[in-house]
Amino acid sequence: MNRLELAKELSAIENGELKAESGQGLIFAITGSPGVGKSCMIDALLHHLTPKNKVAILAVDPTSPLSGGALLGDRVRMSVLDDNEKADSIYLRSIATRSSSGSIPSIVRDLSTHLLARDFDMVLVETVGAGQSEVRCAAIADRIILVEGPGRGDGIQAEKAGLLELADLIVVNKSDLEGADKVVNHLKISLSIGDNPPPIMKVSSLLGDGIEDLSNKLASMPQRVGSIRARMRQRLLMSHESQITANPHFESVIDRMAQEGLGVEEALEELQSVNKLR
Amino acid sequence: MAERQRIVIAKPGLDGHDRGAKVVARALRDGGHEVIYTGLRRTPEQIVRTAMDEDASIIGLSSLSGAHGHLFPKVCSLLREAGMNDVIVFGGGIIPVDDRDGLFQCGVRAIFGPGTTSSEILDFIEQASQRNCGVGSSEEWHWG
Repeated sequence: MNRLELAKELSAIENGELKAESGQGLIFAITGSPGVGKSCMIDALLHHLTPKNKVAILAVDPTSPLSGGALLGDRVRMSVLDDNEKADSIYLRSIATRSSSGSIPSIVRDLSTHLLARDFDMVLVETVGAGQSEVRCAAIADRIILVEGPGRGDGIQAEKAGLLELADLIVVNKSDLEGADKVVNHLKISLSIGDNPPPIMKVSSLLGDGIEDLSNKLASMPQRVGSIRARMRQRLLMSHESQITANPHFESVIDRMAQEGLGVEEALEELQSVNKLR
Repeated sequence: MAERQRIVIAKPGLDGHDRGAKVVARALRDGGHEVIYTGLRRTPEQIVRTAMDEDASIIGLSSLSGAHGHLFPKVCSLLREAGMNDVIVFGGGIIPVDDRDGLFQCGVRAIFGPGTTSSEILDFIEQASQRNCGVGSSEEWHWG
């Protein structure tokens, strides 16, 4: 693998200058609330998965809605990169959400398939810390792993609709802390009422407990039955949104809304008519 | 606003203080750039690999330990060896004035000490990215 070449290709795809190729392998979304331990869990997983597997990680962090800049800090927790032998089989790229809404920009799907075409066995996409209704990751990933942890609210949280219904696997992290068993029980009871409940695992990224089981599970993880229609809905919505955000007049139309009082309807019409012309 | 750059902010060597690096990272973020922070105690090899994988155009090195005379030139020469001649390197932290010319000669394009304003660093980023002043360039220009 020529890392420099690969990095340039991904930039070109991100900037809309290159078409992504597609390859074999699964794309996993690792999602969950901020601070639940997504980065640390990925780090712990990589210690088991590599160097046997070649793994690419796309770590998404939010773009500032004000300045357009971003602070991409997921590398800080990746202790696995200190091990040269393992680091050679890992490619980690930090991605800013840029103009997309939600926890994952649509371009991540293209970047992921391109990485699979470049001989990576799997792609782990770490989403922005995401809330209950954040189901957009269903559009880009083949499998969704939802990370939960103790001390995040009472049992009613497990009854709410949203991401919990789409997850293919739920991992309760921080099992070294008090309350983890309680969270597992709440989730089990809640999900047992519905059809096809996803498996629930308990791990501690800090101590390494359960991480080997989790890494073994990735290769053979089934997609949750009944989620395909919801995935397609998200893919369609995401693709529609990216048509608007990729429009070259997107930013200037926003300027006119903010400064000249251009209405939402007119703005939308203008962006759509330019799209048709292209 | 200036064109958005991808910038790696790195802490090379044995140095446990990163408040300054975080403030610079934050200032660059607020200036509209995408900033990748490496965390503490990185080797020059790790910093170069990070810049490579992230396709960064600029690297900012922060050192308060006194080892800048070894670490900054090492990053510059590793970048050249890797064929990353376009990458622009700047530094900051506690760097004595007498040491600066030596670092400029190795390819570092700016040194920012205590008291630097964030707008000065943003001005440097804007000007440097419009020049051909990567570590592989023969241009002698530097900031300040």
